[in-house]
Amino acid sequence: MIKNIITYQLKDLLRSKWILFYGAFFYLITEILLQFSGNESKSVIGILNMCLILVPVISIIYGSIYVYNSREFIELMLTQPIKRFSLYVGLYFGLAIPMALMFVLGVGIPLVIFNPSMFFLYFYLLISGTLITFSYIGIAFLISFLLDDKAKGIGACFLFWMLTAIFYDGLIMFLIWKFEEYPLEVPIIISAILNPIDSARVMVMLKLDIAALLGYTGAVFEKFFGTAMGLVISISSLLFYIITSFYLGLKVFLRKDF
Amino acid sequence: MITINNLTKKFGRKRVLNNVSLEIPSGKIVAIAGPNGSGKTTLIKSILGLVKFHTGTVLINDVNISEDISYRNLIGYMPQIAKYPENLTVNEIISLIYKIRRPSVNSSLTDLIAKFNIGGYLDFQLKNLSGGTRQKVSAILSFMVDSQILILDEPTTGLDPVSSAKLKELIREYKLLGKTVIIISHIMSEVSEIADEIIYILDGDILIHKNIEVFIKENNSSNLEAAINFAVSNN
Repeated sequence: MIKNIITYQLKDLLRSKWILFYGAFFYLITEILLQFSGNESKSVIGILNMCLILVPVISIIYGSIYVYNSREFIELMLTQPIKRFSLYVGLYFGLAIPMALMFVLGVGIPLVIFNPSMFFLYFYLLISGTLITFSYIGIAFLISFLLDDKAKGIGACFLFWMLTAIFYDGLIMFLIWKFEEYPLEVPIIISAILNPIDSARVMVMLKLDIAALLGYTGAVFEKFFGTAMGLVISISSLLFYIITSFYLGLKVFLRKDF
Repeated sequence: MITINNLTKKFGRKRVLNNVSLEIPSGKIVAIAGPNGSGKTTLIKSILGLVKFHTGTVLINDVNISEDISYRNLIGYMPQIAKYPENLTVNEIISLIYKIRRPSVNSSLTDLIAKFNIGGYLDFQLKNLSGGTRQKVSAILSFMVDSQILILDEPTTGLDPVSSAKLKELIREYKLLGKTVIIISHIMSEVSEIADEIIYILDGDILIHKNIEVFIKENNSSNLEAAINFAVSNN
């Protein structure tokens, strides 16, 4: 049953102009950054920053709109002999797979064409974008199934993105400045693990191995765990985010009144 | 047969269904009516399993619906708003429901497509269809399944007169097969035309549950609308 739902969701979304535009947009921006940035590391940093800002906001807002617009379809499906679990899994992967696919194709194709020998470096960039897509779609589902009002739901999703993408770093910097006399390594590692965008950034930066661009969080990660362990921890924290948001969203969906 | 015992549903502090009990027998067309916010949609959604009620039980053919989802094999549902994944074609949405309900899909699918005259639209994406054509697709999705109970929410909304007449004809055919049809409608002339019984809900309570002809006579009225008006005013 899950396979059927995912198949039909994929058929629907892969024909959507918005999803195709999403892939084409990443393709174009990646191509521009590669052609005009001067060196490859700078290009990858530029692409990474673009991914860390755009992938979460697009995933969470589009995910939320998708849930609200699918309400009548969800109701129809729930009157069929289908378990709520199967429908939730079908809807989630039916959206997350095409969005992640468009990101991977949009960013991956120009990168691989530009320099195939650097594939392992790009691989981590693509993995980070994919994991962020799954995380933020999970959060979009959780918020949108919690809040019945579409405007409130989309607003809450946008606020969550603002908190994790913009305010979070400012808050951490403020705390570092305020408590600079205290040992802050452990709180900083915890703060990075708690924010999926920070985890994704650290993951790619560790692989890039450019000390100047690691930032304070990345440097602490590298010092504490070394590159390999740091990578494992940052990937694990992203997976934890995906699993937790998926599980909480599912719990809400199983009890929800439609 | 649908048996509802002491059903209560609250949204926050508001009680939407107030200890509702009723029986809907097989082989009848039953209309549910009431003002906006009276609880009729919540009652239907409780039967469909879309709403989790606080207390009470809903039994379909003596099976408690809270314990088993297989009862949904017995139900066909036509929602008020026909809004489906917009990039799918008519053929694809029919085939999705076909795959889910395969054992109970009846052989009249081709007849239904012909009856509602949508053969020429099968390869059209749903976003390119008019509201009325989408409503016809919705009717086909609910009638293509060989269900014992059919629940139709404002079924004729948006349909042209010819399709509306065909839909009513189908509903009567269903009744003759001994099946139960539940209709939510605001159009009382339509209700009197096709339904046997009326259930009128007001503020979460069932105010009227009677045979329509008997109810009109009891209230010395010329039609159902006048009879309801009389009964509600004297309540």
